[in-house]
Amino acid sequence: MASAPIVANFSLNQNKLAAVKGRKIEAPAFKSPVAPKRRGALVSDAVMAWRRENGRVGVRNHVVMLPLDDLSNTACEAVANNVKGVLALPHAYGRLQFGKDLELHFRTLIGIGSNPNVAAVVVIGIEDGWTKIVVDGIAKTGKPVVGFGIEGHGDIAVIAKASYVAKEFVQWATELQREKCPVSDLWVSTKCGESDTTTGLSSCPAVGNMYDKLIPKGIYGVFGETSEITGAEHLCKARAATPEVGERWFKMWKAYQDEVIEAHKTSDLSDSQPTKGNIAGGLTTIEEKALGNLEKIGRECRYIDILEPAEAPAKGPGLYFMDTSSAAAECVTLMAAGGYVIHTFPTGQGNVIGNPIVPVIKITGNPKTMRTMPEHIDVDVSGILRRDMTISQAGDALIDNIVRTANGRLTAAEALGHREFVMTKLYRSA
Amino acid sequence: MAIPHLLVHEPKDTVGVVVVEGLNAGTDMLAVVTHDNSDFRITAKMDIPIGHKVALKEIKKGDTIWKYGQDIGKAIADIAMGEHVHVHNVKTKRW
Repeated sequence: MASAPIVANFSLNQNKLAAVKGRKIEAPAFKSPVAPKRRGALVSDAVMAWRRENGRVGVRNHVVMLPLDDLSNTACEAVANNVKGVLALPHAYGRLQFGKDLELHFRTLIGIGSNPNVAAVVVIGIEDGWTKIVVDGIAKTGKPVVGFGIEGHGDIAVIAKASYVAKEFVQWATELQREKCPVSDLWVSTKCGESDTTTGLSSCPAVGNMYDKLIPKGIYGVFGETSEITGAEHLCKARAATPEVGERWFKMWKAYQDEVIEAHKTSDLSDSQPTKGNIAGGLTTIEEKALGNLEKIGRECRYIDILEPAEAPAKGPGLYFMDTSSAAAECVTLMAAGGYVIHTFPTGQGNVIGNPIVPVIKITGNPKTMRTMPEHIDVDVSGILRRDMTISQAGDALIDNIVRTANGRLTAAEALGHREFVMTKLYRSA
Repeated sequence: MAIPHLLVHEPKDTVGVVVVEGLNAGTDMLAVVTHDNSDFRITAKMDIPIGHKVALKEIKKGDTIWKYGQDIGKAIADIAMGEHVHVHNVKTKRW
């Protein structure tokens, strides 16, 4: 690659870029953008969203500066400072990882870049080889992506070049129009946080009701939190679409118990599961927490496959289980990397999490949380506790909010600037 | 329907959840079972915070605690009907 960037799906004038040296800086000529494909019949349950090159539907239109590694955060953030409307996603890892941990690192970065909420991506890495792996992975979606390696060039030249590209991408992306897309084309994930006894009574069943109504319409759903199913594993296994999928789920759950909990526990999980926040909210045991958690998959739907962390579903529309941590930012980041475009997040005590590329919709049924921190909540289902709102009405209120969010309404987390982007690391680096 | 003080998931459950703020000892609570919308009354023996659990019957040390119609752990002390049920008197059976 040397001084030339790695380019995919975009006609970039590299000769002009090569001239970026010292003070002689010229902008590359702007070329006409790749025209977005239009397809899909209009239906009454529709949202206005972006149909991407690969046919997937996105509800946000980000141009992302994606660092391959921790060392490249500075350059990515500098570009995002130079060019308005560009989103840098700094993170902590990417050097000397190996094996399954490295595979997960690449899968997460490629998945985030490939997410349909992202219009175009500029990748910056310390060196070219791994940078190219991420660029090539994202390029498979057909979206514009360019990569730069820092070694041999330095931050300043790379920042200058990447800034020109990012500016072209932003001007291209901001001209892309929303079009009418069926609700059934949305991929909606879920994970709850700062749970208490009210989540199991109200906000988690509201999400479950939404899935019971939207999964039959053809959306993709996903739940995860392997550790927090502990205590309800017998019920979760029974919710698989087939006994074979249930067996695979149980094997995955058991492996987590044996390889993570048994290998690393100091006493038990009592200090971490339930968390201090859960206990303050009235949850006493991990079983009680897990039973409330599992309310998120409703009464009817059954999961059809088990996904590795950050893996994209491949068995068609339906509900999936992803093997994730229960830490909010890690879990939501992995689901975003899996390709989900909207996240539904029930909370009891008031988790404030957001994600940089996926709108996170907060649902609470706790009237105290609605009173003390309402600015973080998108859907108030506390009426369930007063018996003046049914679970079905709460599910409808959530679906309404999903549609409005898909149409462009900022979630509380987006409006408040929550951009938690946390890579999952499986073990110590080499 | 009047606003309940306490919600119970399943008829089998031995604990219910306080769903109002500032519940004081001595309150004659309206409890609703969400599974079938049946209701009953029970007196709170203590001040119990919103989201925290109340014993619906006399519970002996070692008894299984039922919520969602499921086993959520065991009592590590005797608990009287109407008393606060939490980490001080209930523990998982798992660890």
